[in-house]
Amino acid sequence: MEGVEKIEHVHGHHVDPVVEYQSLKFGMWLFIATELLLFGGLFAAYTIFRAKFPEMFAEQHLELNKTLGALNTAVLILSSLTMALGVTSIQRGKPKRLALFLLLTILLGLAFGVNKYFEYSAKFHHHIYPGTSIFFSLYFTMTGLHMLHVFAGMALLTTMLVLTLRGRFSDKYYTPVEVSGLYWHLVDLIWIYLFPLLYLIA
Amino acid sequence: MANHTIAETITIPYLEEKGLLSWLTSTDHKRISIMYLLSISTFFVLAGISALLLRFELLMPGKTIVDAHTYNVLFTFHGAVMVFLFIVPGLAASFGNFLIPLMIGARDVAFPRLNLMSYWIYLLGALIILISLSKPADTGWTFYTPYSIRTGTDVILLTFGIFVLGFSSILTGLNFIVTIHKLRAPGMTWHRLPLFIWASYATAILQVLATPVIAISLLLLIAERVFGIGFFDPAKGGDPILFQHFFWFYSHPAVYIMIIPAMGVISEVIPVFSRKPIFGYKAIAYSSLAIALISFFVWAHHMFVSGMSEVAATIFSFLTFLVAIPTAIKVFNWTATLYKGSIDLKSPMLYALSFIFLFTIGGLTGVFLGALAADVHLHDTYFVVAHMHYVMIGGTIMGFFAALHFWYPKMTGKMFNEKVAKIAWAFVFIGFNVTFFPQFILGTQGMPRRYADYPPQFHSLNELSSIGSWILGIGMFVMAINLLRGLFNGEKAPQNPFNSLSLEWQVPSPPPHENFEEIPHVTDWTYGYGKKSA
Repeated sequence: MEGVEKIEHVHGHHVDPVVEYQSLKFGMWLFIATELLLFGGLFAAYTIFRAKFPEMFAEQHLELNKTLGALNTAVLILSSLTMALGVTSIQRGKPKRLALFLLLTILLGLAFGVNKYFEYSAKFHHHIYPGTSIFFSLYFTMTGLHMLHVFAGMALLTTMLVLTLRGRFSDKYYTPVEVSGLYWHLVDLIWIYLFPLLYLIA
Repeated sequence: MANHTIAETITIPYLEEKGLLSWLTSTDHKRISIMYLLSISTFFVLAGISALLLRFELLMPGKTIVDAHTYNVLFTFHGAVMVFLFIVPGLAASFGNFLIPLMIGARDVAFPRLNLMSYWIYLLGALIILISLSKPADTGWTFYTPYSIRTGTDVILLTFGIFVLGFSSILTGLNFIVTIHKLRAPGMTWHRLPLFIWASYATAILQVLATPVIAISLLLLIAERVFGIGFFDPAKGGDPILFQHFFWFYSHPAVYIMIIPAMGVISEVIPVFSRKPIFGYKAIAYSSLAIALISFFVWAHHMFVSGMSEVAATIFSFLTFLVAIPTAIKVFNWTATLYKGSIDLKSPMLYALSFIFLFTIGGLTGVFLGALAADVHLHDTYFVVAHMHYVMIGGTIMGFFAALHFWYPKMTGKMFNEKVAKIAWAFVFIGFNVTFFPQFILGTQGMPRRYADYPPQFHSLNELSSIGSWILGIGMFVMAINLLRGLFNGEKAPQNPFNSLSLEWQVPSPPPHENFEEIPHVTDWTYGYGKKSA
């Protein structure tokens, strides 16, 4: 998410806005690649352990709440939509609508978090923790790491919201918004893989 | 800075402004480079002292100065600090930061504030690692499970510190890739780029693509210790070998994060002091990328005796041999550049030539270790220790010293004493070989690594090795004094003391804040030696 750092015109830098736009976008794509590799380690672990313990996965995934999981999937997909609508708004020069869509996206992220909180609490209530079994360790580390990314994304979007309200963006300049949007879509995309891998096997 | 107009600021030498705060808040890539250089050098000294202590313990059989646990702590500290605080950020963060914008004709990197943040993150990671020393880890720098899960020492803080350092590494790599893509001066085409830039580019790709994997490995190790998630614990159905796979998936490419920038330095130094165009420019350039690519597919050669399948081991052995090809391409092209050159044995060149000689030994012994039949015997012996140090000291650190002596006038605006530099080089070169060559022999005789003690038949070679470490230490000490003395008493450096054609030498020493008064238009590559007046 640090990739969205705006190029400051430090000590009289003359950075061409086109170069800046391309640089930030390129930087974010590289950062997204690193995120995929980070989760790639977990997906590799998942593959190995699922091949090793197919019965454990088939049996224990039933403990997960499919309804809440599906709801959260819908929430995140919707949040990607609001994010994309936000970017379109500012491209058409409507900062107020951008602010509205950013707020909606953040609230949807929050809803995802609240939902996850109830899911985790239910697990703890049933004495299911990381370490209960390899499957649940995978469940908690994968969704937990993803949750951290949702929080990071929300922090990023909140920064964008503040900047929007301060009037920093227009149809001439919206690079950080677009790049933050890329990051948010990544967070969404990872969940799209986590949901079937953890909730919908069998 | 507030007192100057923008036009004036551009021409002020970057070293001009004084005060710690002006450094710690500067987004000038050259200042960030110097901060990295000083920080990594500090850790180099600390880890070097621990190495001297280790060698002192091994001077004689039996206990010499430290007990077995302290010995384990010392080699863990030595390895972890050398790898994660010195040699991985090493040339890339220090010289890469200084040289990339200057060499491609840019005013700074693509994301100057992100660059400064990378440095702060580096400091934070270093701080966490130092705090972990209150109960220092004894696992070795590789943190193999299951011992790293069970030891009572502070593995969590140490690995968390390394995790934090990973962010610094990723963000630096990302910044460099974007910079090289987007900020090249007009006319600076890919095939006119200095080879140091190609090397930095390949390194940056590795930093970006490999580091996330060590990040997740270390996070899982921490989760293993905190929550007992069981991924690496056989008692819970986990697999300790999985940790080794994760660890080496990063740590083998990391070896190339360490060595490729040094190869870039050699490609810059050799033509300048041979007064000849570099031979095989494209071959050297693309071999950096080839090394980076292949390095992702060889990690399991660290694990031939860990209990892998023979089929997998055979495949990894074959892939490991492939690395020798692009590496040899570089060595042959450097020697071809030297051929019939008018060679000037100044101190940077002495270090560069040492690199070629020592790295070749390090590289070829790597082929021995990549061969399955030989590795079964040599694994975890001093042969591996010697091989690794021939690559890391004989390669990377020789490249680092070459860079230090070559770009010193540009960075500091001062000259060091060349005669003293040559004496220091002689001590370093002799000391290094006396220290590490006997270890090849010890390894073939079967002396295992990471033991605080050894049977008497290994005594004389160990004694020789320890004496070598003192000669090496003296050499580095003399070098450090010479370079520090140059800062205060050295003559003022001319703009281009070694008559290089590269862009960084076409600006004043030290360069002004914005590097170039006007962005240069590049019309030729930088290696046209012996043709023009150069």
